[in-house]
Amino acid sequence: MDTLISIKPLLAVLVSLLAIPFIAYSRSPNVREGWTFLAAIVKFGIVAAMLPAVLNGMEISCSLVEVLPGLSIAFRVDAFGMLFALVASFLWIITSVYSIGYMRGLDEHAQTRYFCFFAISLSAAVGVAFSANLLTMYLFYEMLSLATYPLVTHHQDQEARTSGRKYLLYTVGASIGLVLPAMLMTYHLTGSLDFSPQGILAGTASRGTVALLLFMFVFGFAKAAIMPFHSWLPAAMVAPTPVSALLHAVAVVKVGVFSIVRVITAIFGTDLLQTFDLSTPLLLVASTTILVGSFIALSQDNLKRMLAFSTIAQLSYIVLGAALLSPKGVTGGMVHIAMHAFGKITLFFCAGAIFVATGKKNISEMTGIGRRMPVTMTAFFIGALSIIGMPPCGGFLSKWYLVLGALDADKIAILVVLLFSSLLNAGYFMPVVYRAFFCPPEEALFEARVQEAPLCCVVPLVITAVISILLLFYPQPFMNLAVMAAAKFTGI
Amino acid sequence: MSAHFPGLVIIIPLVAAFLILIGALLDKRLAFPLTALALLGSLVTAIGLLARVMQVGVVEYHLAGWAPPVGIAYRVDHLNGLVLVAVAAVAFINLLGTRPLVVEAFGDRLGPFYTLYILLVAGLLGIVVTGDAFNLYVLLEIAALTGYALVGMGEGRAPLASLNYIFMGTVGASFYLLGVGYLYLVTGTLNMADLAVRLPALYPSKVVFSAFVICLAGLCLKMGFFPLHAWLPNAYSYAPDPVSSLVAPLMTKVMVYVMVRIMLFVFTPAFAFDLTAISEPMVWMAIVAIVAGSFLALSTRRLKRMLTYIVVAEVGYMVGGFWLGNRLGISGAILHIINDAVMTLCVFLAAAALIARTGSDAIDDMQGLFKKMPVTMAVFVIAGLSIIGVPPTCGFFSKWYLISGAIAAGQYGFMAALLLSSLINLVLFFRIFEIAYFEPFEDHHAEHPTGHGRVLSAVQEAPLELLVPLVVTAALLFALGIYAGDIVSLIIDKAIPLGIV
Amino acid sequence: MESLLSNFLAKYNYWVYIGLVMIGMYAMIAKRNLVKKIIGMNIVQTAVILFYVSIGAKKGKTIPIIAHGHEETGHHAAQAIDYISPLPHVLMLTAIVVSVATLGVALALAIKIYRQYGTLEEDEIALRINEP
Repeated sequence: MDTLISIKPLLAVLVSLLAIPFIAYSRSPNVREGWTFLAAIVKFGIVAAMLPAVLNGMEISCSLVEVLPGLSIAFRVDAFGMLFALVASFLWIITSVYSIGYMRGLDEHAQTRYFCFFAISLSAAVGVAFSANLLTMYLFYEMLSLATYPLVTHHQDQEARTSGRKYLLYTVGASIGLVLPAMLMTYHLTGSLDFSPQGILAGTASRGTVALLLFMFVFGFAKAAIMPFHSWLPAAMVAPTPVSALLHAVAVVKVGVFSIVRVITAIFGTDLLQTFDLSTPLLLVASTTILVGSFIALSQDNLKRMLAFSTIAQLSYIVLGAALLSPKGVTGGMVHIAMHAFGKITLFFCAGAIFVATGKKNISEMTGIGRRMPVTMTAFFIGALSIIGMPPCGGFLSKWYLVLGALDADKIAILVVLLFSSLLNAGYFMPVVYRAFFCPPEEALFEARVQEAPLCCVVPLVITAVISILLLFYPQPFMNLAVMAAAKFTGI
Repeated sequence: MSAHFPGLVIIIPLVAAFLILIGALLDKRLAFPLTALALLGSLVTAIGLLARVMQVGVVEYHLAGWAPPVGIAYRVDHLNGLVLVAVAAVAFINLLGTRPLVVEAFGDRLGPFYTLYILLVAGLLGIVVTGDAFNLYVLLEIAALTGYALVGMGEGRAPLASLNYIFMGTVGASFYLLGVGYLYLVTGTLNMADLAVRLPALYPSKVVFSAFVICLAGLCLKMGFFPLHAWLPNAYSYAPDPVSSLVAPLMTKVMVYVMVRIMLFVFTPAFAFDLTAISEPMVWMAIVAIVAGSFLALSTRRLKRMLTYIVVAEVGYMVGGFWLGNRLGISGAILHIINDAVMTLCVFLAAAALIARTGSDAIDDMQGLFKKMPVTMAVFVIAGLSIIGVPPTCGFFSKWYLISGAIAAGQYGFMAALLLSSLINLVLFFRIFEIAYFEPFEDHHAEHPTGHGRVLSAVQEAPLELLVPLVVTAALLFALGIYAGDIVSLIIDKAIPLGIV
Repeated sequence: MESLLSNFLAKYNYWVYIGLVMIGMYAMIAKRNLVKKIIGMNIVQTAVILFYVSIGAKKGKTIPIIAHGHEETGHHAAQAIDYISPLPHVLMLTAIVVSVATLGVALALAIKIYRQYGTLEEDEIALRINEP
């Protein structure tokens, strides 16, 4: 594996941090949003500039300071990290457009603070993606937890306070209480925390210790919302919708699963987990979360809460893919990061657009809304299809690979879980679409007069919906990256 | 000149103490610049000393040219070189930052105040730099007496708290003196290096063991090690703000340093860790100290009092880390002496600014402060994160070493206590942040809030004179974190005797 | 029994200082009056000073001043064994100064407390503090 030394990864992380003084001290909102855009586009540009090299099988690394003997703050861009960074930085651009529409549409307070912390969060997310070792990842992981706290609690009311408390307690509490000791124990056992394609724990610990560490990591990265560490996510839905969209469908939660997959593949190594046969308990945990999450989503009336429970279930698909330990399963899991991101962000955008245009939050109040907001609800339909995993949407592709992976690994039970869960997904999404479009006219709560949300809100969700479809036909960058990463991790 | 640095580092402030007193009689405005100049001198010499130690190794200095063991030797190695810089830097930064507060509270007594201030610092520097066990006692009492006086200058319950502090402090110091007497009885010397040479032959002696226990008990009392902490919260929380931000970061930390010094370089590690079988109980005591300190902090709703209980818990960190008896743990303890000094300075300075502006130290009165005092609160958040242990602030790295040491020693109880304390600190600080951030509740959906609560509108950002040191301290927290690896490998690693693995 | 007694008598100076420390500690813990506590504290300090002074003593030896040192006839070399050890005594000069200073600070604070609360009894002070 060739390695390039370059400061591009560092730049990609820093760009949004450097933009903060400009965002904070802008004279007018327009200038402020201008800086946000510039930062977002430059960030995406830097990440994209590294793509060709990564696709050619190179790795780009950059080491900053040695903070502990043998442990540096260091970046290393590989295929998997690239995949996630690409998704996150691209969606930041779109979300910035949407944020402007949403925040101005609702005349929210403290918008400057909002844009600043958004920029910090993105730095942290890309930092996690490009981390070369567990310590760097932990650093950015914590930074993300803290930077998103003011975003989650943006409304500064009693409800935001309660939710913020829960959010911090779960994400920071679990990472200090579980990840930190697990990381130190790993360091004690191996003398290193560097990510390595074959893992670093092999041959240093007994099965019991490995199992203990595995579960400390899996539950410790509570941002992945694996049950029973999931309840912060529905609570965090008090945040403004763009925050829910980018952070709680893409950046934050994906950082959680990304970290778990990273640790499974690059700290434990698929071989080690295979040898100790630890894949089954992991699959069990993931499957439980998928099914229970979907069932709870069925019973939700608040649209954003339903989406949150759907996210909880979908995140575990990714963990499930990695836990299958077969190349196809791991590929499926990784691609699902991208596919789910585009699908779910569309859905959140739609929820936000509905709120901006009508002030409605509950599904029961949305009967007939398709007449009023046809574009939005069509995008919603496409996003829902992608999440369910039906063609012509990208979500089909990742589910397909997950199914193949389950077959490869001879886990018929997982196959059943996957299919049943798709059924459940359809079960909670389709009624919304049905109510919106096909309700009898006399039950409709809206007049048949088209009145969409502001353009800044509608354009982004159209773009992400279109991309969700395109991804089935042109999944190349994500697919290639995922295949490469999976091949490296599983050694095939 | 640089050959006299070990002497100068305390002679400068001692001489300055007289000058300040006399100068202040002429003109009160002279007191502050003189103090600042003297402390700057101490800081520069301390840094020079550390640089020299890093270049050439141990620096010996014989006061008035009398060679040890007859004369008093000042001996600077990597360990006290580092602590010396920390003490001088913290004292200097605190001096600059608290000037407006001092002028407000002690405007008529500037001379005495700054004289006591600099004598306290001189005492602490002397404790750190000396290589003589009895000299250490004298300097200990200089630091302690000035400390009592400074604490007693406060309002309200401060004199009473100070008097209790005197009782406990004097007993602690007397115990230390007694222990040194026992050592003198069997060895006939007071020089630390000399003691370390003569003691091993006497290890089986019960007198040596008694000396060890009595010294340790005295030091534990002086550093406020749970359950001997009872004097600490009152003394530190009722002291005037500029005093608590000096005493809280330095006093306990220097006493921990003295413990490290005595245990490693007077008694050898072989005696302290292996022969006495006291390590295990001490670590358990530290666990109790950490847990108790954290819960006591939870039980109070006054800002300064909460911070003092955190100090009690942090003393547990250092004592426990040291008594783990392995290289990682001791590195962690020493690193934490430095980091905790800066962290504590940072929170106490920020607290002083907040209390000065809001006029109350109840955390329920901190409503809306993120809006009113954004810079101070930002610094307070950073300091809080460091105490919680979030990377890349320095608190994370000392905790890293302490937990590593706990794992290496198989002391999972200590690891659990550290993690629990981190979580409780998270709750403690976010409890404050929540009040400052969310309250008073108002309708935020309008870009222009219509009006604020009663008192709040009067509250404004702390004066620039206080803000600059605050921001510098916060930056130090990051710098110490990022360079933690270098500090450990270049300085602390060489400070610990080779025998410890 | 006899050995215990002879042991006690041979090292009576230690027993005395231990006794004094105990008395001082008792006063500091049990007495409710601040001045009595301060006295107790001073007794503890004095006990330690006595301990130091006593360990320098030797039976039948003299103070470390060379007799007839400046007379030309006094040509015999001074033997350390003939004199009591001066060092602990010298050290205690410093310790006495420290203890006096401590006493001074403590009494000053006591005065300040008395002015503030009008009493030096701890329980009464506690009552005053708890008064609204």
